[in-house]
Amino acid sequence: MPTDISPATPPAVSADLSVTRLVKRFEKFTAVNDVSFEVERGKFFSILGPSGCGKTTLLRMIAGFGSPDSGVIAIRGRDMAGIAPNRRPANLIFQHLALFPMMSVAENVAFGLKRRGMAGGEITRRVQDVLERVGLPGYGGKMPAQLSGGQKQRVAIARCLVLEPAVLLLDEPLGALDLKLREQMKVELKTLQAEVGTTFVYITHDQSEALVMSDHVAVMNAGRFEQVDTPRNLYRRPASAFVAGFVGETNVWSGTLEEATGDAGLVRTDEGAVFRARVAAGLARGARVDMFIRPEAVLIDPDGATCVTDGATDGAGDGGDAPLPVRGPCANRVQVQVQAILFDGAASRLLTHPEGSRREVMVALPQNRLYDHIRPGDRITVGWDDRAGICFAAGSGR
Amino acid sequence: MSAAVMSSAPTRSGPGLRLTLALFLTPVVLWLGLLIVLPHIDLLIMSFRMDPSFGDQGWSLENYHQFFAEPIYWLTFVRTAGYSVLVTLLTFLVSLPVAFYVTKVVARNTSRFLLTMLLLPFWVSELVRVYGWMILLRESGVLNHWLMALGITGAPVEMLYNDATMIMGLVYTSMLFMVVPLVSVLESLDDSLIEAACDLGAGPWTIMRTIVVPHCMPGIVSGGIVVFMLTLGNYLTPNLMGGKNSLWFTEQIYNQFIASFNWNQGAAFGFLLLALSSCIIWLGLRLTGQKLSRVVQ
Amino acid sequence: MIRSLPRSRGYTMGYGLYVTLYFVFLFAPLAVTCVLAFNDSQFPSLPWKGFTLDWFLADLPARTGIFHDRGNLSSIFTSAQTAILVSVLATLVGTCAAFLFEQEEFPLKGALYFLMLAPLVVPGVILGISILIAATTAGTFMEDVLGIDVGILRPGFWLVVLGQFSFITTFVTLVVSARLKKFDRTLEEAALNLGATRLEVIRYITLPFLRTAIIGAGAVAFLMSFENFNTTLFLVGSEPTLPINLYLQVRDGSTPVINAISFLLIVGTSLVACVNLYAGRRTEVSS
Repeated sequence: MPTDISPATPPAVSADLSVTRLVKRFEKFTAVNDVSFEVERGKFFSILGPSGCGKTTLLRMIAGFGSPDSGVIAIRGRDMAGIAPNRRPANLIFQHLALFPMMSVAENVAFGLKRRGMAGGEITRRVQDVLERVGLPGYGGKMPAQLSGGQKQRVAIARCLVLEPAVLLLDEPLGALDLKLREQMKVELKTLQAEVGTTFVYITHDQSEALVMSDHVAVMNAGRFEQVDTPRNLYRRPASAFVAGFVGETNVWSGTLEEATGDAGLVRTDEGAVFRARVAAGLARGARVDMFIRPEAVLIDPDGATCVTDGATDGAGDGGDAPLPVRGPCANRVQVQVQAILFDGAASRLLTHPEGSRREVMVALPQNRLYDHIRPGDRITVGWDDRAGICFAAGSGR
Repeated sequence: MSAAVMSSAPTRSGPGLRLTLALFLTPVVLWLGLLIVLPHIDLLIMSFRMDPSFGDQGWSLENYHQFFAEPIYWLTFVRTAGYSVLVTLLTFLVSLPVAFYVTKVVARNTSRFLLTMLLLPFWVSELVRVYGWMILLRESGVLNHWLMALGITGAPVEMLYNDATMIMGLVYTSMLFMVVPLVSVLESLDDSLIEAACDLGAGPWTIMRTIVVPHCMPGIVSGGIVVFMLTLGNYLTPNLMGGKNSLWFTEQIYNQFIASFNWNQGAAFGFLLLALSSCIIWLGLRLTGQKLSRVVQ
Repeated sequence: MIRSLPRSRGYTMGYGLYVTLYFVFLFAPLAVTCVLAFNDSQFPSLPWKGFTLDWFLADLPARTGIFHDRGNLSSIFTSAQTAILVSVLATLVGTCAAFLFEQEEFPLKGALYFLMLAPLVVPGVILGISILIAATTAGTFMEDVLGIDVGILRPGFWLVVLGQFSFITTFVTLVVSARLKKFDRTLEEAALNLGATRLEVIRYITLPFLRTAIIGAGAVAFLMSFENFNTTLFLVGSEPTLPINLYLQVRDGSTPVINAISFLLIVGTSLVACVNLYAGRRTEVSS
């Protein structure tokens, strides 16, 4: 659901980027549908969504490539309507970086400064400075083709940072890197951002990139923002079935709501099992629902373990309104048969079936040796806290 | 030659493989040997001999001496070379905006259509195109008819048979050979490079100068070489559109061969033209650091 | 300045105007030529005196339409004969050359490849005179030493064929090579592995893959030959090809018959060009 910012509210002074009720239509479909958000100065803001959700269109409009059909984009309080990309205080890191292959690293970085008519000596000094800051001192004379993937990445960032933009826009720049380098660059980007203090707006379809690096993440689907929140809250308290399904892994049970009081409820699954779970607002008794439960929230042999549940809300916590956890017995439990052990180191899981059902249920398998005895075919009991599962109207996540 | 070549091919053995090599190599060697190498050697030899009607006088530099002694010859030569460079330059200037428009500015589906339209006229014989210009531009031509009908000129103006018209005709004839390589290099230019330059603060002219033209260099060189070569060796356009005293060097060659029947002199002229064209092509490749085999593709 | 960047109105309109003018420039001579082929006038010029098909069909003393113009008809016939022969020869040898340079290894390959490219940078006029000289030398040699008069070596039909063949083959080679480069050689290895000989592989695997490229190259070769002027000029004998014949007529004054021939040429070549472009696009899509 779109965050609630009325168009009459003037952008807050501390917001580097403020987008209000932005709409962009192409011939047949609406790529960006009534999107509003603000990014505070110095924050790392990510827009996470599947390909085709409109995130690239949104980012390119902020950079000035393509103009919105309606709505306002303001950078540091200044309306950007009618301002060409080469006059905006926002710079874009392109998906494939778009380093100029005919220029050296130094020439690439100096390109924007030259356009501003800066003196040669000053340019040289600044280029050296910024190359040092991104960890590439002495690389000025190389050509882009001579650099590794990670180095190209840093040159692209340096080329924008040297212009000291109000907002740095990044269009999935890690997509082309291999897995190992991507992990490394995630950390590097995060530290670099903290160091330079520039506001970053980052788009990606990779939830891990968004969760690891961002202060705030907007989950985008079909042109709309489903939820804007901290990474932790997106994961723990998804606001829609789409977010629950898109961020993190999850098991889905379909069933009927038997009872609903406040945000707590009782779900009868199609197999006949009854579970306690949280319930999204607006769902009444008898509604068809999908219940989402994360594999890592499902505990093996719950009698021997203790469930962790939400306690009172801690207003000052880093996760905003995330409640502090308390320990208690697991309310939901079910007998399952182990079908396969999917060993994947720290991410190992069990593939199980509830008794008398063909539904697949993933259960996290902690590698602490406690569960080494489990073999395929074993019958085990699994359980989870009554607030770990969350129900949304059936089919609303698709 | 082919037998020696075959027996020393060690990379892939077996009688079948040698057979196919011979099968492919023989016609190619015959073609290049008999129709390219031998004739050019013969051309060179002939240029160093005198007209046999005065009896065989052995080797001589007289034909080349004639070229430098007679101003009309070397002036025509220099003129042809200079105009060819000018035509190449003009063709580039005219073609680049069009190639850019077709590949980058216009919507993608229109782009295909425009490209086809660009190529179409060049499938038609050069003679037909030149003839079209002649009936447009001459004293009794279509353009004069309209100019007079509109009252812009009172009497017909002869627009044919001068250097400017000839150069226009040569540019017209050569445009395709510039547009095609330009379009193909422009298609390989990632739009995001242009966007990145703009995002970093560059205006259209700066983008053209710093991004587009450097990227297009291979296409510009290959287009330039082909246009220059074709212009230098053109006979039809200068002959039909140029003035009576605006001689083109190919016309000198034609005169020696067909009118004066002095083949030895003509051979020397031919060789000089070949040398000039090779030199300038070599220079063009050298200056831009390109390879011929890459440029022609 | 490109699709995705905002542009000012003036810029867009100015640029559009330039491109429009360019296209007018491009098509004006062809359009005028075609239109005047149907003007009921003794000269290919305005004013418009009404529509007529005389310059195609008439057989009168004052007007001879192209279909009754014996000189031009026979030159068209000569050109067609030349073009068919040249395109067949050039396609055969050019395909051999493409296989040779793409799939075979032999010493001096680089030098031979460079030689193959040479006709691209040798002006056509020079190709014409050098082949003329070489043929004459060879002819003289045959007559003086062996006492045989070899007619082929005198300016005429066969020399024109040889002259055009010498450079058109290079174009065919480049077109077929470009396609052959995209050929997946593991297909050949699979066929060899299944027991085919090298020649069978070429016959059943490679040639079918190249078919459209070879046909396209043949069509281009036909057009190039049909329209060639520069090289032909020096090699032509008593039977002129169409471009030479037209040139002689244009040089000595013009009649609307030339427009009529031009009209037919424009329509014909456009058709060949369109078919070729369409076929080329289809192979591009399917490969």
